[in-house]
Amino acid sequence: MDKNISFTLKVWRQRGPKEKGEFKSYYMEDIPGDTSFLEMLDILNEMLINRGEEPIVFDHDCREGICGMCSLYINGHPHGPATGATTCQIYMRRFHDGDIITVEPWRSAGFPVIRDLMVDRRAFDKIMAAGGYVSVNTGGVPDANAIPIPKEKADEAMDAAACIGCGACVAACKNGSAMLFVSAKVSQLALLPQGKVEAKRRVKAMLAKMDELGFGACTNTRACEAECPKCVSISNIARLNRQFIGAKFKD
Amino acid sequence: MWLFNSSVGKKVVMSVTGLALILFLTFHMTMNCVALFSAEGYEWICNFLGANWYAMVATIGLAILMVIHIVYAFWLTWTNRKARGAERYAVTARPKGVEFASRNMLVLGIIVFVGLFVHLFHFWSKMQLVELQGGEPAAGVELIRYTFSKWYNVLLYLIWFLALWFHLTHGFWSALQTIGFNNKKWYVRLKWISYIFVTLIMGGFATVLILFFCAEGLNWAIFPGLFQGLVG
Ligand code: HEM
Ligand code: SF4
Ligand code: FES
Repeated sequence: MDKNISFTLKVWRQRGPKEKGEFKSYYMEDIPGDTSFLEMLDILNEMLINRGEEPIVFDHDCREGICGMCSLYINGHPHGPATGATTCQIYMRRFHDGDIITVEPWRSAGFPVIRDLMVDRRAFDKIMAAGGYVSVNTGGVPDANAIPIPKEKADEAMDAAACIGCGACVAACKNGSAMLFVSAKVSQLALLPQGKVEAKRRVKAMLAKMDELGFGACTNTRACEAECPKCVSISNIARLNRQFIGAKFKD
Repeated sequence: MWLFNSSVGKKVVMSVTGLALILFLTFHMTMNCVALFSAEGYEWICNFLGANWYAMVATIGLAILMVIHIVYAFWLTWTNRKARGAERYAVTARPKGVEFASRNMLVLGIIVFVGLFVHLFHFWSKMQLVELQGGEPAAGVELIRYTFSKWYNVLLYLIWFLALWFHLTHGFWSALQTIGFNNKKWYVRLKWISYIFVTLIMGGFATVLILFFCAEGLNWAIFPGLFQGLVG
């Protein structure tokens, strides 16, 4: 059994996209160490509702690290202090008795705050809609081994496909750049024969969308890679650059 | 045109101009080292790169590269700040693996730029510029000896070199990453190459500087045969 801890939560409260937000402090008493971070927020919200106050709005869904809905910038780190884990996967045992834990929303021009800790990440959907797919004529189901794919290629494509689209890379980036996300989505297809066919069109369309939506340019600080809960590598960004430059030279 | 209106295109311009400037620094450092060994050799280089047409073309080309690099630096930094948004985080932490230089390229660049003007004033304005105006350029080695006999100049230049070292240890591998020349294997190699190559270049510049300063101060005639350029 983990110890129980008591701590102060400093949470960003903002009623709407246009309204001014501020930090509010909440004292949390005797929280067991094996409470997940989101459960802890549930406990707080329960308290707030019982007191007749507005509960804190935050995004979440699967609570097992696969959907990419949870966010939260905790003590200066997107998805909190752990590496390779989402906010829903961290537990209160990571914190200490008497800590002040600051919880902020993702802050980036591309991700405006909707309310409290919830931000609008539809920009990522728009980037995906611009080209993050393969257009196939669906016929009969082909044999799984009809197209041979080298193991290393398959592995790299899988590593890129691990991206859950959470947006922590944008939240961590001093330039508000979405390059890690876009590069993962470009790479997961470009590495495979099925995706190669449309690679040029895809990379141009997705990058143009990213720029249009106001995300910044990558200066290779590597904050994204360090904070990504799925450890997506910046080698994907090099691939994106390579493909984009190649496509432009072909034009 | 993608070099103007796409984020990757703008970065490619940064990268290519930066790499060209690094190439220039490499030549510059090599030529400086000649001054250590032979005053005549250095004079020969100074005459060779005086105010003739090929040296002028190179100088103007260099100035254009510098201007493009700086204009894009401010442009990119400005749009990136806008992309970050008006609201800043209350608590920030530097994640593991994020280096100081990579977060401060503009500040480092500005230090480099200021240093460049001091340097142009010390040397270019007394050599190529004078020659262009029809005068007789100062002798290169004499000028080096004079400039670096002053401790404050030595200090100023060393700070300048340090800023460049930081700018380039990040800049070199970053430029290659930007043009797409990187992957998981090469990342580690490129980091090493960056540190070794940039340390060699900046170390070369610093060595010339320090040896000239010491030669003046301690009258370093112990190796007169070896470092002919150092002592008058
Ligand atoms: C001898 C002089 C210089 C050299 C050799 C040099 C070299 C480089 C290189 C190789 C890069 C990396 C490009 C990339 O990441 O793709 C770079 C980036 C940068 N340089 Fe310079 N630079 C010099 C002077 C300057 C000056 C004078 C400034 C500004 C006043 C400046 C500002 C920047 C900035 C802000 C970046 C980062 C841009 C980005 O990654 O988006 N540099 N430089
Ligand atoms: S690259 Fe990583 S941090 Fe960025 S959206 Fe995908 S999973 Fe999240
Ligand atoms: S809630 Fe689904 S990844 Fe955290």
